[in-house]
Amino acid sequence: MSVGIIEGFRRRTRLPGERVSLTAEGVSVLRGGRPVLSGVDLTIEPGEVLALVGPNGAGKSTLLAALCGDVEFTGDVRVDGLPLAEWKPVELAMRRAILTQTHSVSFSFSVEEIVRMGRAPWIGTPLEDEDDEAVYAALEDADVSRFVGRPFPRLSGGEQARVALARVLAQRTPVVLLDEPTAALDVRHQELVFAVTRGLAARGRSIVAVVHDLGLAAAHADRVAVLSDGGLTACGAPEDVLTADLLSEVYGHPIEVIEHPRTGRPLVLPLR
Amino acid sequence: MTLQEDMTREGHTVPAKTPGKPDVSGKKGRGRRVTLLVALGVALPVLILVAAGSGQVDIPPGQVLGSVLHRLGIPIGDLPTAAQGENALWIVRIPRVLMAAVTGAALGCAGALMQGVFGNPLAEPGVIGVSSGAAVGAAAVITFGLTGLGNWTVVAAAFVCGLLTTLAVYAMARANGRTEVVTLLLTGIAVNAVAGAALGLLMFLSSNDALRSITSWQLGSLAGSTWDAVYVVGPIAVVGCLVAIALGRRLDLLALGERTARHLGVNVERLRFTGIVVIALLTSAAVAFSGIISFVGLVIPHLVRMAVGPGHRVLLPASALGGACLLVVADLVARTAVPYQELPLGVLTAVVGGPFFFWLLRRTRARSGGWG
Repeated sequence: MSVGIIEGFRRRTRLPGERVSLTAEGVSVLRGGRPVLSGVDLTIEPGEVLALVGPNGAGKSTLLAALCGDVEFTGDVRVDGLPLAEWKPVELAMRRAILTQTHSVSFSFSVEEIVRMGRAPWIGTPLEDEDDEAVYAALEDADVSRFVGRPFPRLSGGEQARVALARVLAQRTPVVLLDEPTAALDVRHQELVFAVTRGLAARGRSIVAVVHDLGLAAAHADRVAVLSDGGLTACGAPEDVLTADLLSEVYGHPIEVIEHPRTGRPLVLPLR
Repeated sequence: MTLQEDMTREGHTVPAKTPGKPDVSGKKGRGRRVTLLVALGVALPVLILVAAGSGQVDIPPGQVLGSVLHRLGIPIGDLPTAAQGENALWIVRIPRVLMAAVTGAALGCAGALMQGVFGNPLAEPGVIGVSSGAAVGAAAVITFGLTGLGNWTVVAAAFVCGLLTTLAVYAMARANGRTEVVTLLLTGIAVNAVAGAALGLLMFLSSNDALRSITSWQLGSLAGSTWDAVYVVGPIAVVGCLVAIALGRRLDLLALGERTARHLGVNVERLRFTGIVVIALLTSAAVAFSGIISFVGLVIPHLVRMAVGPGHRVLLPASALGGACLLVVADLVARTAVPYQELPLGVLTAVVGGPFFFWLLRRTRARSGGWG
């Protein structure tokens, strides 16, 4: 707290606007001397859901980590037009929320306490007044209201994942980065997550989600970015990007794409 | 704890209380948290008065309070009537009891803080070897008769060695932003072995007098407590606990892992550094004067978590107060259980704390599958 005050004197914390841009330019990441991401350019537009897809080890999570400044990278990642290094951690936390793949918690915090931690960046700002409402809405959206009083470590994997999602939603940031938000979830909750995500996008938020299920990406994303071998192979509307040729080559497995008879969205199926 | 919470904690599935709005106001546990802090805040001064009055010269707590009030310039209450009561109180008892309180507070708070910074509920200065590391520094000063900083030489040496040990353990035991229980405990074994060897060597080199001091450390005792010691340890304990409490909210976020804590706006590197310096300061100050008093920093935070949950903003002050209460009582037992004999305090806390720790392990394993 004392440190926060000193920091406040040094420079006032800049509150974010409604919309925040996120851009990556020529982002490369080396891991153990081996390039895992090379020269990726990506711009995330406000109000869109961007799905990051690609085979294992293509660099999806690494790209996400670079976008939030968790890994050393070369190139340029800008939030609201400024490089990551020019933001204070708390200012970044007001602009983008991140759901990581693992959700370990060291102590037996209750679900409510965990979700409330999502409000931490807003302490001492006018938006602090929204805390209770944001926590309540997030619990509802992630369908975890039933668990509020339960200790987090005692929940099942899927329930923990949803609580973590609720924490991210409670943060109420213009940019939301989700690393495999549907990995541990059943069909109903997978759809629920994307329904919530679409709702956020409708309100002008930008969402980037790493998705393994190409069907989900095709059905719910505005744009799909296909990564393979650390490079961006294609990026665009699902109909344009998710083609049988491209996917078969990227995944090294024959894949067919058919049009959904009702929605017209692509249906992606491995050839069996 | 409401019945519903209680049942939930026991692992039963409880149907949603109301289908409507869940209670997210955070008020449910607040009553318990306030109750605990108030209870400990009241218990500590009462225990101090009782402990200060007990011993070979018995002084009723009322007279102890009267004497304290008179010294503070408030002439209310009776003065001690026992022969030499006033002297026994102000030269021997009160500094010793206060020393027990500040040492206990430092150890309790340092334990809770260390568990928060390491993200591991088994981290404790004694268990992972910080206490013995600090004792090596202090023992070296005694053995070689160094007095460069007067009263503060021992504390300074203990502090530097405590800080180095803390940093070493921290660097060795961590991987990917977390500390595995097994790695942490093995690191503790290694550190304790090295520190034990260094202490052994120093004892081999030291004179009889120095040997006595070093031995008394390893057993832990508050027998030699003076006002000077209180003046040195007291401010360190108070400042350390206050800084620790100020870190509380960020330590809660750190429980989500370093990466997520950073995503929520915490400057993790600075938080860790501040935390480790405070841990070293609190532990080393306590160890330098009183020796290795183990398990306070482990048992107390666990009891607090069982009572009010893991939130650090309550855990840290409650652990400080609880540690103070525990050591005041433990020291009282140490000096009064056997007439005309002093039991070593560190031995006493270990005798009680060891089995308690064991029971805690079993219980936690049974309830939530261990600590992984």
